Amino acid sequence: MVLTKADTKIDLMAHLMRRAGFGASREELEMRSQIGYEKTVEELLTPSSQDPVDRYQFLRYYPMWWKPGTMGGLGQAEWVWTMISTPAPLQEKMCLFYHNIFATGVAKVDHYDEIQDMIDMFRQKGLGNYKEILMEVAKSPAMIYWLDNNENHADSVNENWGRELLELFTMGVGNYTEADVRECSRAFTGWTLEHKLPRFHMGRWDWEFKFIPEDHDYTEKEFLGHSGNFDGEEVIDIILSKPATAQFIARHLYSFFVADEPQVPAWSVISPNDPEAVNFLADALITSDYHMGTVLKKLFKSEFFKEQRFSRVKNPTEVVISTLRLVGGTDRPSPETLDWTGQIAYMGQDLLNPPSVEGWHNGIEWINSGTLMKRTNFVSELISDTLRPGVRQIIDRIKIAGTNPADIVDTCLDIMGPMEVSDQTRSELIDHSEKEGDFSWNTTGEERLIELLQLLVATREYQFA
Amino acid sequence: MTDSTKDPVIVVLQLSGGNDYMNTVVPHSNSQYRDYRPNVNIAEHEVLRLNNEIGFHPSMTPLAEMYREGNVAIIHGVGYENSPRSHFRSMDIWHTCEPETLGTEGWLGRAVNHIDPNKENVVTAVSMGPSLFRALVAPGVPVATVENLDNYGLLTDISPEEKRDRVLDRYKRIYSPMIGSGPVMDFLGQTGLDALKGADILNIAPEKYSSTVEYGDSSISKKLRSIAQIHLAELGTRVFYCDLGSFDTHADQLATHDKLWTAASGAIRDFFDDLEEHNAADNVTMFLFSEFGRRVYDNGAGTDHGAGGVCLAIGKQVKGGEYGRYPSMKESDLDQGDLVPNLDFRGVYTTLVEDWMKLDPVPIVGGQFEKPTFI
Repeated sequence: MVLTKADTKIDLMAHLMRRAGFGASREELEMRSQIGYEKTVEELLTPSSQDPVDRYQFLRYYPMWWKPGTMGGLGQAEWVWTMISTPAPLQEKMCLFYHNIFATGVAKVDHYDEIQDMIDMFRQKGLGNYKEILMEVAKSPAMIYWLDNNENHADSVNENWGRELLELFTMGVGNYTEADVRECSRAFTGWTLEHKLPRFHMGRWDWEFKFIPEDHDYTEKEFLGHSGNFDGEEVIDIILSKPATAQFIARHLYSFFVADEPQVPAWSVISPNDPEAVNFLADALITSDYHMGTVLKKLFKSEFFKEQRFSRVKNPTEVVISTLRLVGGTDRPSPETLDWTGQIAYMGQDLLNPPSVEGWHNGIEWINSGTLMKRTNFVSELISDTLRPGVRQIIDRIKIAGTNPADIVDTCLDIMGPMEVSDQTRSELIDHSEKEGDFSWNTTGEERLIELLQLLVATREYQFA
Repeated sequence: MTDSTKDPVIVVLQLSGGNDYMNTVVPHSNSQYRDYRPNVNIAEHEVLRLNNEIGFHPSMTPLAEMYREGNVAIIHGVGYENSPRSHFRSMDIWHTCEPETLGTEGWLGRAVNHIDPNKENVVTAVSMGPSLFRALVAPGVPVATVENLDNYGLLTDISPEEKRDRVLDRYKRIYSPMIGSGPVMDFLGQTGLDALKGADILNIAPEKYSSTVEYGDSSISKKLRSIAQIHLAELGTRVFYCDLGSFDTHADQLATHDKLWTAASGAIRDFFDDLEEHNAADNVTMFLFSEFGRRVYDNGAGTDHGAGGVCLAIGKQVKGGEYGRYPSMKESDLDQGDLVPNLDFRGVYTTLVEDWMKLDPVPIVGGQFEKPTFI
């Protein structure tokens, strides 16, 4: 891989913004480099320092997007809009992180509103304690319905939530027995949901958490070597006291923020790629009492994070949101937002509707001939839209580099990342540009530049963050 | 392409989420059935009786007709030992044939490797849906993943045609193998080239297609219609894969199960009628499976994860009827409340691989297994 002529500070800042956010324009990277890496980390970890996205601006344009019920596209639109517009991108990145762990889908919940509420909870609490998040999720009506805890009764136990809490949300396969699943489920009997009165005549009914004491199993439970009359919260405390849980969450953090790991079902069989890093994060979780913001600060400042450039395949949300934030022209909500949510789904990540409670398979599994086609077509189309202010800025910056095709290619790689590409890719791009000689900055020259940018975003290297 | 239509073709329909065996193939004469299922059962008069012992779910009328025509095989009690009752682990096992360790290669990926060892045809396997099923994954094996057949192509927004051709030529060079770039980059490179080639080939299919069969609106109808279009275009596709879900009916099972099987049965009937109309049904066998069956006892409104399940094979070359036996429902014969599988799923795959696809099954399913003789 060759790293183009980028300045190392810009390069590191670009890496941070790709991982902790959805990328950034060159203007933003330069501005942040002035402020410095540590201060930028602090800022990202303090979303309250930024003005929140004005959802009322959004709803003034599209009132139908409030409480979208079961309407596909509309259901995800507000979140997609927030990701595009937010000045606090890590906050939204955390929502995505948790959504892939606590994967809850409208295919069953049949009600986007309730899953949106869960995302909003991640937005408010995502950088706080993991225990609090687990408690909120356990009481989330969307999750209760998704994993049938409303069917988990003192006299007939439904194991769905109890099992996934252990298998997917905290410990991972191999760290508990079938008996533990049963006992864990018993502790959550009576944790159910109820309907509030509808907001409008003919409106949908909102759900809220409800505990029904008569339906709770108060008898003694044997769970992970402890015995007592545990309720759900005590079960969560026991789970969090086990080292396996810290390892499991640490591996999730590593895979999402640092470098692609194998898929979650493989974790009981395959060790982490960088066990030291995962142990470091697990220790940070334990010593901070699972405070996610504290752990992330250590992660972003670690050497293993800084070294792992371009070692994750971008997920479809990252592809779409980072492209839109780059090309701009998105200051007002528009019907295009619906197309963009659809694009994320076509690339294999139908937000608020994961394929199962396991969430999506990450890394290279995002790529197949169909999704690669969708990714390439989407980015290529937007980067060719010269009416977008971000595209104009890119063109104007590249023009400064002169007229020599090789210089133009290197400048494109620099401005679009800075990207690291193979010698082969670079020389193909140069060869492509040299065919028509030096650039002259008239309409034809700009068209040639756009063609080059379209090829650049179609490369293999562009699939990585 | 010459004579490619005569080669055997397999269409896999995956019932994702754990299809309830006992309410799909209902053991209506077994008195225990209703004892175990006080709430989630099919009423005696609604069962589509196939014989004195079993009958289909009431929403499976088209499949019951096809069964009576002798074109449906019911394969009982399929599964494997020590079922983990986890969707994901179980689906992985079905996809990779590796119940003990974690497999990364899919059984159909290996089959495609044997069908087309030189990778001459990038559409030997077609996966319908936004993501690629692991059953089709094997190193270097191209699989076309088609989400919408009507809009399948690379960099379709670049015009004029001459410019697009120039960019696609360069794309091909950029995606050609790089020495020492590692497996991930190699995979990406191959995928890009396959996408390019596959799009050119598959674009022909909807253009060539015409049919009097009107499919329904369900997602499975759309997928099977696209599969019919590709099959009828004679592009040499031998393996098709699609899915329907979610069958994870912990709650509200009766309504959900009914909706899913209504969609599936109608779509399957339309699909075979379509092929029949074009005289192209003889070399197609469809195979239905789910990652596990569901628990014998109902939980009040649904059923929880179980073990043994049922598979169906459908097509004119299928010897219709029942294979294997319904696992015993006696309380003492259950394992943790579940039907114990009595037929290894790899045996069912063996029949499909050996007797239908005419390939050596041992390397594909990972050993020798007793096979039911439904082909």
